[in-house]
Amino acid sequence: MKRLFGMRESLKGQSRPQIEKIERRLFLRQGLSLGALALLGGCDVTNADSVQKALWAMSRWNDRVQGWIFDPSRLAPEFPESAITMPFPFNAFYGMDEAPSVDAASYKLELGGLVRDKKPWTLPELYGLQPQVSQVTRHICVEGWSAIGKWSGVRFSEFLKRIGADLTAQYVGFKCADKYYTSIDMPTALHPQTLLTFRFADQILPVPFGFPMKLRIPTKLGFKNPKHIVAIFVTNDYPGGYWEDQGYNWFSGS
Amino acid sequence: MAKFQDQTVRIHPLVVRITHWINAFAILVMIASGWRIYNASPLFGFKFPRDWTLGGWLAGALQWHFAAMWLVAASGLVYLTYGILSGHFRRKLLPVTPTAVGRDLAAALRGKLAHGDLRVYNAAQRAAYLGAIMIGIVMVLSGLVLWKPVQFYTLGLFMGDYEGARYVHFFAMAALALFVIIHVVMAVLVPRTLPTMFTGRVRVPDTARSD
Repeated sequence: MKRLFGMRESLKGQSRPQIEKIERRLFLRQGLSLGALALLGGCDVTNADSVQKALWAMSRWNDRVQGWIFDPSRLAPEFPESAITMPFPFNAFYGMDEAPSVDAASYKLELGGLVRDKKPWTLPELYGLQPQVSQVTRHICVEGWSAIGKWSGVRFSEFLKRIGADLTAQYVGFKCADKYYTSIDMPTALHPQTLLTFRFADQILPVPFGFPMKLRIPTKLGFKNPKHIVAIFVTNDYPGGYWEDQGYNWFSGS
Repeated sequence: MAKFQDQTVRIHPLVVRITHWINAFAILVMIASGWRIYNASPLFGFKFPRDWTLGGWLAGALQWHFAAMWLVAASGLVYLTYGILSGHFRRKLLPVTPTAVGRDLAAALRGKLAHGDLRVYNAAQRAAYLGAIMIGIVMVLSGLVLWKPVQFYTLGLFMGDYEGARYVHFFAMAALALFVIIHVVMAVLVPRTLPTMFTGRVRVPDTARSD
């Protein structure tokens, strides 16, 4: 663990997803890697398109399978506060000092789509939501590492009911202040541990960790937990996501 | 024609041959893409050379890994079910005793291990094939825990939860890679074993025939 951490620290300022992005460009330029060529035997690079299509189709199939496997009443493990990872790793598609600064006074959460009451919410109104709950859960990154943190806020299911969201709709989408976007399935949105959080480690969400608001979903990989949310919408049209549109599996449940 | 048939015996059933080659392909895909996934957050102080990996970047590697896992699961299940129900495992892989394995391993290291009759596996082979099956099962179970650590939480408790399963998955991969290397080296050293994995049949001298 220590060593892992050292490695993560050493990458500070050049955040890994960015590296992955550069790697992807390299990959696209070079076509399939040597390993792939060897494995594909007779196929040449022109067939790469059909291979890519097949892989994307398998990923959509895996979305469905994960939907079936997902048990809405199964809870993610919770941990004692002594297990919390310090310092908690920062991860985004940009460096830590580039996290967006959202003005608390003028902030308004926009609501859209299949929602009855679309009135925007101010921060004091959001902070006033009851009941407030906390969780100490494990954040698992798609890269493989994991870290335990404490988040506090309200159950997202409560909020969705409060705004009159169509709970039979398929997707809930999120737009963020850093141009990030993602979306989740309705069963996960209604999971009891899916929280709309305003506090991290008992403090107002620090800027790098998603001020003013992060959706915490302990039953999904880290990148499915949007930070700096500025808009929420409910829809039946697949909204995709920043990483999902580039090839990461959409459901990414855990 | 009838005479020719008499001179060969079937040593590898069709199901075993088909699942063998599907598994060989799927496991190579799993290992090569798995190395790319490992590289995104290494457990140890090294990374796999990118030319040895599959997928180009993390998302691509994950797509390959989670596509090939269905091949591994399907082919593995067919192989296991057939092996157990048909008696193939019992006939070919059992019995296997530590004494016999030790004796045959020592002989193999001295380059004196006989595999003259391709119909019968020596004890070192039996142990290796049984071991590979066990490792395969550990790979799949630890992989399930990594893929769905919440849904398969109970299963994860047997391997130190999510973080423990990462190490189990890694070491099982290492053991499986070692098996694959030894397996291929042995096939190269005894090249007449290779065609039998396609045809399923081997020529035997009249005296050794058993039908």
